[in-house]
Amino acid sequence: MASTTQLPVPAPAQAREPQPRLRSRSSGRRRPNLLGGLGGWLWLAIIILPVYYVVITSLKNQAGFFTSNPMLPPTEPTLDNYQLVLQNDFARYFINSLVVTVGSVVPGLLVSFMAAYAIVRGKGRFLSWTNNLFLLGLAIPLHATIIPIYWMITRAHMYDTLLALILPSIAFSIPISVLILSNFLRDVPNELFESMRLDGCSDWAMMWRLALPMTKPAVVTVGIYNELHVWNGFLFPLILTQSPATRVLPLSLWTFQGEFSVNIPAVLASVVLATLPLLVIYVVARRQLLSGLTAGFSK
Amino acid sequence: MALTTSTSRRVRSRQLVGSGPSAWLAAPALAFFLLFAVIPLIGVVVLSFTSWDGLGEIRFDAVSSWARVLTDPVTGNALVVTAKIMFFSFIVQAPISLLLGVFTAAGQKYRAALAVLYFVPLLLSSAAVAIAFKALLDPNFGLGPGLGLPALAQDWLGNSDLVLFVVVFVIAWQFVPFHTLIYQGGVRQIPASFYEAAQIDGAGRIQQFVNITLPQLKYTVITSSTLMVVGSLAYFDLIFVLTAGGPGYATRLLPLHMYLTGFKANDMGAASALGVILVVIGLGLALLLQRLGGKNRNASQLEGA
Repeated sequence: MASTTQLPVPAPAQAREPQPRLRSRSSGRRRPNLLGGLGGWLWLAIIILPVYYVVITSLKNQAGFFTSNPMLPPTEPTLDNYQLVLQNDFARYFINSLVVTVGSVVPGLLVSFMAAYAIVRGKGRFLSWTNNLFLLGLAIPLHATIIPIYWMITRAHMYDTLLALILPSIAFSIPISVLILSNFLRDVPNELFESMRLDGCSDWAMMWRLALPMTKPAVVTVGIYNELHVWNGFLFPLILTQSPATRVLPLSLWTFQGEFSVNIPAVLASVVLATLPLLVIYVVARRQLLSGLTAGFSK
Repeated sequence: MALTTSTSRRVRSRQLVGSGPSAWLAAPALAFFLLFAVIPLIGVVVLSFTSWDGLGEIRFDAVSSWARVLTDPVTGNALVVTAKIMFFSFIVQAPISLLLGVFTAAGQKYRAALAVLYFVPLLLSSAAVAIAFKALLDPNFGLGPGLGLPALAQDWLGNSDLVLFVVVFVIAWQFVPFHTLIYQGGVRQIPASFYEAAQIDGAGRIQQFVNITLPQLKYTVITSSTLMVVGSLAYFDLIFVLTAGGPGYATRLLPLHMYLTGFKANDMGAASALGVILVVIGLGLALLLQRLGGKNRNASQLEGA
């Protein structure tokens, strides 16, 4: 078990080792990198300031918003804005987003993993052709194809359904998922497959019992990455859905903005509420996500 | 020629022995991709030669959509806006991401903590980012009066000279974290022995950066730049919510122009022609960037594996 969790992430592990050596040398021999540190903190300020503004403003009442200093926290924090957002069908949009996200991330991961496994372990022109097609998909702004997708969805009588969002989202997640997953699958030592084959294991069984456990961190990383994309997706919902019954969160932010227009604190409260679920996932899985993404793209 | 046939025969005989999984495993992914990416890609070319209002009948219309698109000055303007946003967001994002990637790749604890916080913008949807910045940039209730700096209390989104740079800044705010991660991963793969050798030779920090880090990051730079440039052809939602393309046509870039032409002006033929232009530009830029790298993407990946 220990080896299965360690092996798929050789890149960060191998690379982390040299850093202490490097650091001890550089700090021992010369001044610390003041300029770099300064830049790092400056970027943090740029990142955090808008987030801070959104959070404090969402806790102000409307009068407070117009009178108080915009960058100072409210003197009397209130949750009224959150209540207002929750009363405006937030729960329904939340559930829609959840259905669309789970409904596209799970099947997307499954088909991408099977394809990546076939591409890495299999042979033949068909598979390399498939792989090249997926790589090409990374280079094409796929959103340019929304008009035919809109046509297909309306012809299939799926307009204004959640399925209309799920199906193209699965397809659009495939190229990047296959790329990252196959990068990790290449690192699983061939000897392990050979020894399982000698034990009489089929390729199908090896996929589930060897390849999947060995690349679990990558699967989780890709899963979270796709989840971010689908959860935050805006273009498909805008074009393929219409009614409040099928509205997802990013679209609801946009409509809240129209409905509440002058009530900026309430609009910003909806921003906070829509982001909160992802924040929770990030806090729980940040190590996994960051190490997986840094390793996944740099191979 | 002879070589390729002999290898493919070898491959086929190996498959018969049963080494390697069936290619059918790739079929579901391929089916999804063909149905919702490849067929629409063909569809967008076909539709560009038709006229369609989005509801009624689709009629073959030869090149009239193309004629409309290519003679419309708004298209030219959209191309210029797209090129500007692409160019400026590249020259802003690439150096910042590279430097932050190098910065966070080092082992210090505080840098790892900063890296965790740097990721936060990626959690927000483009709609959320746009709404947040709209409020933040308000000249009366936003950042300017908040910090007491009148210079920051501009009509950022209403001034057509400024708005493009505001958009570039917000794009950088949202996407630099992602590219920082890519560079961070790239830097971590550089063997430490290179730096040790350089230090023995007495190379300074900047010399090491220029002579080791940069050349070693060649493929990372290509990957990141490709995603950045192709990605800038997809900046739709952020700009749609932030400025809706305005003021006037100042931020109406190609994807937004496509959406507004198709779904607001109900001219799906012209919008499809704009879609084709988008695809061609994206593909051309991606191929150009790969060519600049000297090798194709596959080869570099196999090398790293």
